[in-house]
Amino acid sequence: MTIAPAVTVHAARLTYGGQALFDDLDFTLEAERCTCLLGTSGVGKSSLLRLIAGLLPDADSRIASDDGLPLSLRTAFMAQQDLLLPWLNVLDNVLLGYRLRGETPPQEQAIALLERLGLADRLKDRPAQLSGGMRQRVALARTLIEDRPLILMDEPFSALDAVTRFRLQELAAELLQGRTVLLVTHDPLEALRLGHRIHVMTGRPARLSDALEPTGETPRDLSDPELLRLQGELLKRLAAEEMA
Amino acid sequence: MSRLLILPVLILLWQLAAWAAGGQSYILPEPMLVAEAWINRYDVILPNAGVTALEILLGLGLGALLGVSTALCMAAAPSLRRWMLPVLVASQAVPVFALAPILVLWLGYGMASKVAMAVIVIYFPVTAAFMDGLRRTDPGWLELARCMNAPRAALLLRIRLPAALPALASGLRVATAVAPIGAVIGEWVGSSAGLGYLMLQANARMQIPLMFAALITLAVFSVGLYLAVDHALRRLLPWQSDALSSYDQN
Repeated sequence: MTIAPAVTVHAARLTYGGQALFDDLDFTLEAERCTCLLGTSGVGKSSLLRLIAGLLPDADSRIASDDGLPLSLRTAFMAQQDLLLPWLNVLDNVLLGYRLRGETPPQEQAIALLERLGLADRLKDRPAQLSGGMRQRVALARTLIEDRPLILMDEPFSALDAVTRFRLQELAAELLQGRTVLLVTHDPLEALRLGHRIHVMTGRPARLSDALEPTGETPRDLSDPELLRLQGELLKRLAAEEMA
Repeated sequence: MSRLLILPVLILLWQLAAWAAGGQSYILPEPMLVAEAWINRYDVILPNAGVTALEILLGLGLGALLGVSTALCMAAAPSLRRWMLPVLVASQAVPVFALAPILVLWLGYGMASKVAMAVIVIYFPVTAAFMDGLRRTDPGWLELARCMNAPRAALLLRIRLPAALPALASGLRVATAVAPIGAVIGEWVGSSAGLGYLMLQANARMQIPLMFAALITLAVFSVGLYLAVDHALRRLLPWQSDALSSYDQN
């Protein structure tokens, strides 16, 4: 993997149905840090992520990395849905990117990664045979095996039950070390567990709060009273926004 | 196998209808008479059934091939879609009955005109269903593939095509059910062999039991073909979610 770059988004503008979702928005992803974008549904946080992923050709913005190299070949994307292809088995799903590009797939590496994610005995299973948590672990493996320095995650754990989510966050924090990560979430606790920097996105057109930088290594301990206090604070902020 | 019980029920209803019709075998022959006709004339029925079966199978194979290629071309080149769509709709909108005499004129009394009829009948359902499947790929998969820098060809062949196979399977099921119509209409208009030909001849000579025997042979073959194709499609697409059938079994 190449060194993870910092990414800056400058003057981002996106209109949706005649209304500006965000306008003249500046945003920075620090190198090798996990930046969380926290907001209620529909505020535009997923759109901002998709803009960085290059999936919104109509949006206006200047996106640049600090090393000046283009981002399109250095970005991996993980969505809320696992997006596993039902006709491929677990291993082939993980190696999908290599198959699509016609490159030699790193078979050994993929198997090792799946072992680490506790899926060693499910390599030949089809997605339909897996539980939701397993499927999302396969999706995580597929994102990581791409070995790209910039990782964009759009509510990757939202559809999971609390325990599965907790364990996947743990694994993700460990495996995402050293990469530049954007994690979009509506869950303050998730942001506080995984984020080095947390921005709250509110309003229309949406604005970003200054970055909140909790102390300590990720994944942070959930029983830390300071973390729980911050969670309460963030929740109140989001709820106030919802009422407004 | 309990669904085979439908057979004696149907035969009983048929018998009742025949009685109600006054027992005149030239209006509606009783089941026993038809069975007798089948046993006495199987040496005529079976070779003709073979001809019709071959027409249907060839038509199905060729029509499916044509339909699949058309849909793939249209998916690969969206500008082609605008040009092909009218042709496609016309192939379905022109009544096959109107085309049959022309096809017989062009391709002769032999098998070619019947195969062509079957192809025309099934071309539309196969193409339309597959096209629909190719256009309805989960946008999430396409975005994922785009982020993986997939070339266009890989996007079509490795994602859109397999994702459209269940839709193609539906089209093929419909095609299998209607293919016999094409072949038999072709035989009616002009032929020297086949079940349609046999029915026409038997009808003209008032051999109504033989006509019914041919008709039932056609029905049995068509149902058998449909079940075989359906079975094969399920085996080939084991990942296709079939919520209803698993619900039925539970």
